Amino acid sequence: MAEGLATTHEHATAHSALQHHFENMDQQREAGTLGMWVFLVTEIMFFGGMFLAYTLYRYEYPAAFATASNHLDIKLGATNTVVLIVSSFTMAMAVFSTQVGKRRNSIICLVLTIILGLTFLGIKAVEYRDKYVDNLIPGQLIPGHRFNPEVAKEGDLDPHKLHLVPGATVRNVELFYWIYFAMTGMHALHMIIGVGILTVITILAVRRRFSPEYHAPVEISGLYWHFVDIVWIFLFPLLYLLGRHLEGHL
Amino acid sequence: MSEHIVYPRVYVVIFLALLLGTGVTAGVAFFDFPGPLNAVVALTIAVIKATLVILYFMHVRYSPRLIALIIAAALFWMAILFALTISDYSTRAWLPVT
Repeated sequence: MAEGLATTHEHATAHSALQHHFENMDQQREAGTLGMWVFLVTEIMFFGGMFLAYTLYRYEYPAAFATASNHLDIKLGATNTVVLIVSSFTMAMAVFSTQVGKRRNSIICLVLTIILGLTFLGIKAVEYRDKYVDNLIPGQLIPGHRFNPEVAKEGDLDPHKLHLVPGATVRNVELFYWIYFAMTGMHALHMIIGVGILTVITILAVRRRFSPEYHAPVEISGLYWHFVDIVWIFLFPLLYLLGRHLEGHL
Repeated sequence: MSEHIVYPRVYVVIFLALLLGTGVTAGVAFFDFPGPLNAVVALTIAVIKATLVILYFMHVRYSPRLIALIIAAALFWMAILFALTISDYSTRAWLPVT
């Protein structure tokens, strides 16, 4: 950094985290927030493509999608929704605690958020395992383990078998599972990245890097975390809930 | 020109509203609404929940208008992409899945 630049701004009392191309900490933080939102908007577009694919196929094959939705574990899905909402709350509290300079509370909230994120991933792993056991992994994603669910006969209530809603075919149910694994898989990847980011933020918080004047990294990581929560807020009803009301008509 | 700090009281209210929304959406999913209303109800609740997260947890309500503009522009553009794609798919024959 050229030393001559330092005379351009009044940096005598400036915060050590202030980069030379910003006037003050507020401007720097707002620029960072704006940049994060531009990134999140590209993420909206990215997930939007998958939501569009889901919409088209659900419209075309409603019975198969209802069949597949009903086979997902609604209790695990709802639990994960609550876990993520609680984690969003603890994340928001972590941002607040940093803003008012309560470092200890902030670290506690960050650790809680990470634990909740890992809880979500753990429950997701259990769900994926259930799908594996029921031979619902589409195509040959796992070599030698084809999509081959058992179809339940009339009156058979075995939850591991597929209860076809009238009009549904096993092939179209497989289509749902492609979309299910693509969407929840990408979402889980974002969760893993989020847990990684929050781990770094927590370490920095422990090292006293943040203060009421400088907390932009905590806030921006929080934006990412809340965004991932929002994706799940849409995934949960679309994947798990739509078609539930047809269960009684089997 | 310091930033706006959102206090825990607000976060708690939003948090409870989100939990309520989750409960309601899971509960009404088993209810057989006429026609496509099940999807409409589920999506309406999801949009409300997402809006609460964006406005309060993500501070957009207290942020510069520019950020709200970016989000609105993105959603508007996404709506165009959805509309054009759906109009295409819904007016063509689908090949049968074999």
